Amino acid sequence: MAPAALRRRLNWQLAEVLSVTTETPTARRLRLAVHDWAGHAAGQHVDVRLTAPDGYTAQRSYSIASPPQAPHLDLVVERLENGEVSEYLTEELRSGDLLELRGPIGGYFVWPATAAGPVQLIAGGSGVVPFLSMLGHHRATRSEIQVRLLYSARTEADLIGTGELAGPGISTTLTLTRAVPPGWEGLRRRVDVTMLAEHTLAPERSPLVFVCGPTAFVETVAAGMLSLGHDQSRIKTERFGATGGP
Amino acid sequence: MGTNDIDPDTGTAPRFVSRGFTGRARRPRSARLPPGQYDVGSGFPVLSAGPTPNTHLSRWDFTVQGQVDRVRHYSWADFRALPREPVEVDIHCVTSWSKFDTRWEGVSVDTLLGDVESGAEYALAFSDGGYTTNLPLADITGGRAWVVDTYDGAPLRPEHGGPARLLVPHLYFWKSAKWVRGLVLGEVEELGFWERFGYHRYGDPWRQQRYAGD
Repeated sequence: MAPAALRRRLNWQLAEVLSVTTETPTARRLRLAVHDWAGHAAGQHVDVRLTAPDGYTAQRSYSIASPPQAPHLDLVVERLENGEVSEYLTEELRSGDLLELRGPIGGYFVWPATAAGPVQLIAGGSGVVPFLSMLGHHRATRSEIQVRLLYSARTEADLIGTGELAGPGISTTLTLTRAVPPGWEGLRRRVDVTMLAEHTLAPERSPLVFVCGPTAFVETVAAGMLSLGHDQSRIKTERFGATGGP
Repeated sequence: MGTNDIDPDTGTAPRFVSRGFTGRARRPRSARLPPGQYDVGSGFPVLSAGPTPNTHLSRWDFTVQGQVDRVRHYSWADFRALPREPVEVDIHCVTSWSKFDTRWEGVSVDTLLGDVESGAEYALAFSDGGYTTNLPLADITGGRAWVVDTYDGAPLRPEHGGPARLLVPHLYFWKSAKWVRGLVLGEVEELGFWERFGYHRYGDPWRQQRYAGD
């Protein structure tokens, strides 16, 4: 059931932009101060609304990258081709600006409040963002739950949150699908069933599985995990496409 | 810019304007686009909460149950033999994309309900994979909802809800349950999957009913 906090009305509020930093060549991290933030669960998102002087508005959803324990709210936004909201957030927005948002939203793709068993996270591209919040939460609570992350990106430069992927009880496998730097020790191909079998928690351990990434990635991974014997009800997915939210 | 000043009482500005935002060069806004939505054009995003189910047609059926005089079962063959209708509609997703002139084909919910006798006012649609969504019965009858198995002239692809999904185009698209397998009719409105997670119980895109309380 939904936490009670989600029942309240979600009002638009103004956040102050504390900083905009370069996460990857195409992604920026927006650090926000939100007055009276109601708190969030790791994995939730916010809706951001932009308003032009003539009253035109555009809104999109962005996953929260910071853990609930952080004193600020971080969003990581990837610039999409012809994405009027993502272009503004990654190229125009700067510290001191105000940004209208509301949230937190979504109570399903979240770190379970009462998880006992292991958790498997599988990310493609900027699909890793909600997992940054989960991993931060895991560290902040000194959780003893075993977590494995399998994270696929195009190149090393495209990796998001590189300083936040490790911690006690967390084991991370990276795979790069295009260019591999000299001395790269991770994997070097697209995620496939063989990789899932070798680098994710076995179905016998009944992990809770979170999959986030582009549609084709999520389809491949979710089908692969089913074929390895994971229970459908243990697999939670969140998808975005090139057309899913410019 | 003065309009960006925060009102100390409410924490919000009465007419907030995002500094430096003009919006992309845009055509005159279509009157068919509900507030807060954008036209996704030829794209068709996929959003769902779990793996895409894979139900063989020999095991597929559609059931009308709950507060009914008699449960109705349709096998895939039964369903395919029912009178069919082409439907061309605009659809609106709560994540703010809209898509115009989508072309579907399927069976009207009126047809599936047929001669069902019921005092119910609500329906809970249920799907393979455990998804559910709640709808007033009045919103899925009277030619306003269909169970469709064809998109753009071809069998509905699994990631878009095939073999068959509900189509309720006048509400946000999460109400158009993918992989639908039946309806439970009842006098009381039982909330569905996203509705229990804080999404709006009705979901009218023209009133921006995205989340509970909107």
